[in-house]
This record gives sequence, structure tokens and C-alpha cells, in this order.
Amino acid sequence: MTQTTETVRASLAKRYARERRFHMMGLLSVMASGAFLVLLLGNIVTKALPAFTTTYVKLDVPLMPDVLRLDDNPDADAIAKARYNRAVRQGLLDLFPEVSSRSEKRALYQLVSAEAEFTVAEAVAGDPELIGTRHSLWVLADDDLDTYRKSKKLQAVPESDRRFKDFQVAWLDELKAQERIKTTFNWVLFQNGDSREPELAGVRGALVGSFYTLIVTLALSFPIGVAAAIYLESFATRNRFTDLIEVNINNLAAVPSIVFGLLGVAVFINFLHLPRSAPLVGGIVLSLMTLPTIIIASRAAIKSVPPSIADAALGLGASRMQAITHHVLPLAMPGILTGTIIGMAQALGETAPLLMIGMVAFIVDVPQGITDPATVLPVQVYLWSDSPERAFTERTSAAIVVLLVFLVLMNAFAVYLRKRFERSW
Amino acid sequence: MSTYTAPPTPSTESAATTAEAPDLDAQLASFTGTVGDVRVADAKMSMTDVDVHYGTAQAIHGVSLDLGKNEVMAMIGPSGCGKSTFLRCLNRMNDTIEICNVSGSLTLDGEDIYDRSQDVVLLRARVGIVFQKPNPFPKTIYDNVAYGPRIHGLASSKSTLDDIVEQSLRRASLWEEVKDRLDKPGTGLSGGQQQRLCIARTIAVSPEVILMDEPCSALDPIATAKIEELIDELGKNYTIAIVTHSMQQAARVSDRTAYFHLGRLVEVGVTNDIFTNPTHQLTENYITGRFG
Repeated sequence: MTQTTETVRASLAKRYARERRFHMMGLLSVMASGAFLVLLLGNIVTKALPAFTTTYVKLDVPLMPDVLRLDDNPDADAIAKARYNRAVRQGLLDLFPEVSSRSEKRALYQLVSAEAEFTVAEAVAGDPELIGTRHSLWVLADDDLDTYRKSKKLQAVPESDRRFKDFQVAWLDELKAQERIKTTFNWVLFQNGDSREPELAGVRGALVGSFYTLIVTLALSFPIGVAAAIYLESFATRNRFTDLIEVNINNLAAVPSIVFGLLGVAVFINFLHLPRSAPLVGGIVLSLMTLPTIIIASRAAIKSVPPSIADAALGLGASRMQAITHHVLPLAMPGILTGTIIGMAQALGETAPLLMIGMVAFIVDVPQGITDPATVLPVQVYLWSDSPERAFTERTSAAIVVLLVFLVLMNAFAVYLRKRFERSW
Repeated sequence: MSTYTAPPTPSTESAATTAEAPDLDAQLASFTGTVGDVRVADAKMSMTDVDVHYGTAQAIHGVSLDLGKNEVMAMIGPSGCGKSTFLRCLNRMNDTIEICNVSGSLTLDGEDIYDRSQDVVLLRARVGIVFQKPNPFPKTIYDNVAYGPRIHGLASSKSTLDDIVEQSLRRASLWEEVKDRLDKPGTGLSGGQQQRLCIARTIAVSPEVILMDEPCSALDPIATAKIEELIDELGKNYTIAIVTHSMQQAARVSDRTAYFHLGRLVEVGVTNDIFTNPTHQLTENYITGRFG
């Protein structure tokens, strides 16, 4: 037996043991990260679930002219301005005639949301014939009632520690007994913008704001980033100047995002006088942040295309531009798109720079365009997480879930695009 | 024991390096200018005193050579002798290498191809190139061949383009093998078929000169035989310059042969003469297999 055989044999056990250890460590780290992910998602989703349902209360609203403070023959304008809140209150009082003290009355009125009178007004606007009758209507419940109903934990808490007191619980039980309580999917969450009332607050405004912001970001950073990458990779001569550009692009990728926010305030708002709080400015700021990511990824993708492909095109007499657009770019597209999506995902989750340019304002209206004041999903999450109401805590988690779904959809789209562009060579 | 003793000098190494240098010098010393007639009567391309530098390193030293009309010129020589570099100068493919600098006079039909007024796109449409490694586009076979005619607008209609594609594939003797799968990716063909596809793609533009940079180095003997047949056939209508490492191949396909050594053109002559009766010592050494 030779010396080599002996030596190799002696070391084998040690080598395999090392391999097994590495294998185990790899498996452990994958499992650990998987566990963290499950924990995180599980926590958020269980917290968010209550926010996806909401409670409605059935009221028999007396639409008598004297309750609404209407004349005998009211015109449309008068009907629109009628005192529907009185009708709602009367409807509640009719259910619980024994309530007499002012404080109790106020508590009773607070069983339903402030939205209730508008629900009644809408019903009347749709059918003026209702005036003078008693109309059965489902109106949105207040968030205190809603939260108490949905939370077993809250029901076990002593009265002094909760907003929803025992006498209100008695009313709730009475309403339940009369089958005047129902739970539905919380459409309000997706139809409304922000609100001070948790039961009326929705993510629509933030969702649309995020969408507009990302559109602006994509429209700016994708063409600029890809063009810059092509230029640097295929046209620029290598010299001190291009080296400087390259180093600085890499540096830009490492700049804290809030700095871009400060730049946005200084340049786009104070100097160029673009509208404050608007997706336009948010998108521009975020594209500054996204550009380095896209440029670096695109350059890597372009570099990874075999030069023989471009040579083949050039050898046939294609111009440099033709060789790039016909051959290099399509082959680099999957890589470019991956970089773009990573950049966009970063932009979608970015909060700090948007705070600086005023996208943190309390905005109730859903933005109609890129120059309307708006907020974005992560900022909405931040705003709601600051609110003391329990219902807002749930909605914070719900907004995170919406944000994650948005992200997953974006990634799915990217995967689809990759699959379409992917070719082998 | 405390006295310091220097480690033994690696005398063998230094001896090797010193032995190398005089060898190269000796090889160059015997070079006093190209042997044989570099000029021909009806030259398609004519190169005079071509120098090529990569940065500060000189790769080609004053090469002069003519490519005759409808002639197959083989360029042979040991690795790194500059034959590929010289070939790539002929349609300015070296332009893609930033540090590459070409000087001297290179003409196509009497026009200077490095002249400021010379359009490189037009030049490459007239002087096509086939690379060492088959490099079909990751597109269909049809699109591969149709690409050149398309970008140059050579076909006015779909049927003309179809004709060009068929003719080119026929001339590259690939038509029979692929006529039923023109819409399949060109990358799915075998290596030899891919190389013939690349040749078909090049001749689809109807160039006047075809440059081939070791077109068979990645192919098996059967595929090589097919390509050689093809070169023989194409040589009737095109001017062809082919770089090859196989002396048999040079002997089989070419009319004239040029032997390169260390960036110099050592000897040019009718292929038969070069292989049977080389004049220069370096050529003889190479052909008899003493180095390379």
C-alpha cells in the first residue's frame, strides 16, 4: 500500500465529518429562517384577522318630518340637509326606552358609528318616499362595540379596564337577542381612506398612493437605470471619469434613505416648488434611491451576456445599438427585471424619505392623481400603529397584510416576466 | 548554529528563464522579412505594414499581405502568433477591444477600411466573419439566418427573405437537416450544425469576403469535413481567409498559405509549395511539428 493511500484513508473520516457538520448547519439555518418567517407571518395575520370583519347594527329609523326637522313639502336641498343624526338617535332610543340620563344617552348614541347618519341620508336620497315612514336599516357599529364583540380576551377583562362598559354590554346582548347584530366582511377597509374613527378607516388612500408613487418611481428609474447601465457597460470608455461615476453609484446605494428625503425637500419642494405630500415627489425621491440598485443589477446582467452574441451581431454588420437592443438587452432582461423588482420592493417598503416630503399627513381623500396629497402603505402602517385605539392595532396588522400581498403580487409579476424573457444560449 | 545561512537560490528557475529568452531571440534573429510573394494580381483586400498594439504590447509587426479575388487564404502558426488578431483587423472587429490600436494600410477594393469616412457597418456587411466557437443567436433557425438581411433591409418582402434563408442554408449544406424545424431555436442544433448555421447567417448578407477564425476547432472530424467541403464550395464565389491550427485543413482547403510567427508574417506561398517545400527555417520547423 502506498503512502498516499494511507494518508488519504486516515483523513477521510475527518473530511466526511466536516461535510456532515456543514450540512447540518445549513439545514439548521434554513429551518431557523423558515421558523422566523412563519412566526412573523402568523403573528401579523392572526392580529390582522379581526380587522377584516366588521359589525353592523339594524335600526328602525323613524324618518318622520318632525324628527328630521323637515317642512311639509321639502325640496331636494332640504332633504339633503335634514337632521338624520336625530333620526338615528331616535331609532336607538326607541330600542331602549328606559334610557333617560344624559350620560347614558350619550353612551347609547355611541353604539353606532358617526357614519350611520350618512347611511340614512343616502337611503333617503335614493328613495324620498321613505320620509314619513319607519325604515329598517343596517348601520355600521362603533369600533368599541365591534372590538368587544370580536375579542374573547377583552370580554374577560374587568369592567374598569375597558372602554366598553357593562351597561353597554347589556345593550349589546339585547341587540343580539333581537337579531339586530351582524358581522360582515370589512369592505370599509378597502373602500375608505384614512379616518379618525377606526371603523371608518381604510387603506384605499394609502394603497392608491403607493400605486401612484411606484408608477412614478418605475417610470423614472427603469429607463434611466437601464440606459445608464447600457451606456456604462457598452459605450463608455474606461477612464478616470467613468471610474468615478461607478464608485459613486455604488456609494449612492449605501446612502441612508432619509438623506434622499432631505434632498427631496430641498430640491423638489423648496426649489422646484413641486406639490408637497404628492406621489410625484415621493416617486422622484424613491427613484433616486432605486436607481443605484437597478443600475448595478442591470450592469451585472448585461455583463453576463456572452460577448460572442454581440460579436455575432456586430460581425453581421449590426450597429452597436442594434447589437444591444436586438440581442444583449433581451438576454439581460431577466436579470434587469429582477434588479428592478428588488428596487421597487425596497421603494414600496420605504418610509423615512417620504416622511420628510410630507407624505405622512393625515389624508382622508383617496388621491386622484400623482399631484394629489397622498400617503403610502408603510406610512399608513406607521400612522395607525401610533393610534391608541385597539381597533387601530388590528388595522395596523391588516395594512401590513395588504402591503405584503401587494409585494407578493409584484414579485409574482416579476417571476412571470422573467419566465417570458428567459432564453438559453 | 547562530550564523545565518541563506536559502539556496533556485538556480534551476533562473536558468529556465534565461534559456527561454535567447530561444525567442534566436527565432526572431532568423526573421529578416516575409519570404514569398505577398502580392497577387487581382487583390480583393490589400494590407501593407500593419502594426497592432494592445496597449503597449505589440501583437502584429509590419505585416503586408494580399487576399486575391475568390481565393482561399489559410493563416497558420503557433498559438499567440497574432493570426486571429490580424484576421479580426480585416473587418475591424478589433474596434470592440478598447486598447487595441491598428496602424498601417488596409484596403478593400482599394478603399482604406480604417479611413475616417469608412462606415464600419457597411464594411462588416461586405466582410463577414465566422467565429471560433459557434455562436448562434438564441432565436429560431430562421431568425438567425434572416437577421443580417433584416437589419440591412436586403429583402423587400417575406417571400424574398424566405428565399434568402433557404439559399443560405442550402449553400451551408444545412437545409436538408433543418428545413422542417426552421422555427426551432438555433441553439438546439449540434455543434457542427450550429457552426454551419453561423456560416449560413454570414453568407445570407452576401458579403464579398468571409473571414473564418478557426471555425472547426470546436467540432468533431465529421462536422469538420462538412465545413471543409463547404469552404471549398464557397471559395468559388467568395474571398475567404481562414485561421486554422490544423495544417491538414490548411492543406486541404486553401489556395495560398501564410505562416505567422510571434506577430510576424514569416512566409507566404501557394499552399502546396509551403507544405512540401517551405523556404524559411521557422516554417519548416512548424510544419514538421518541431513546435506549435
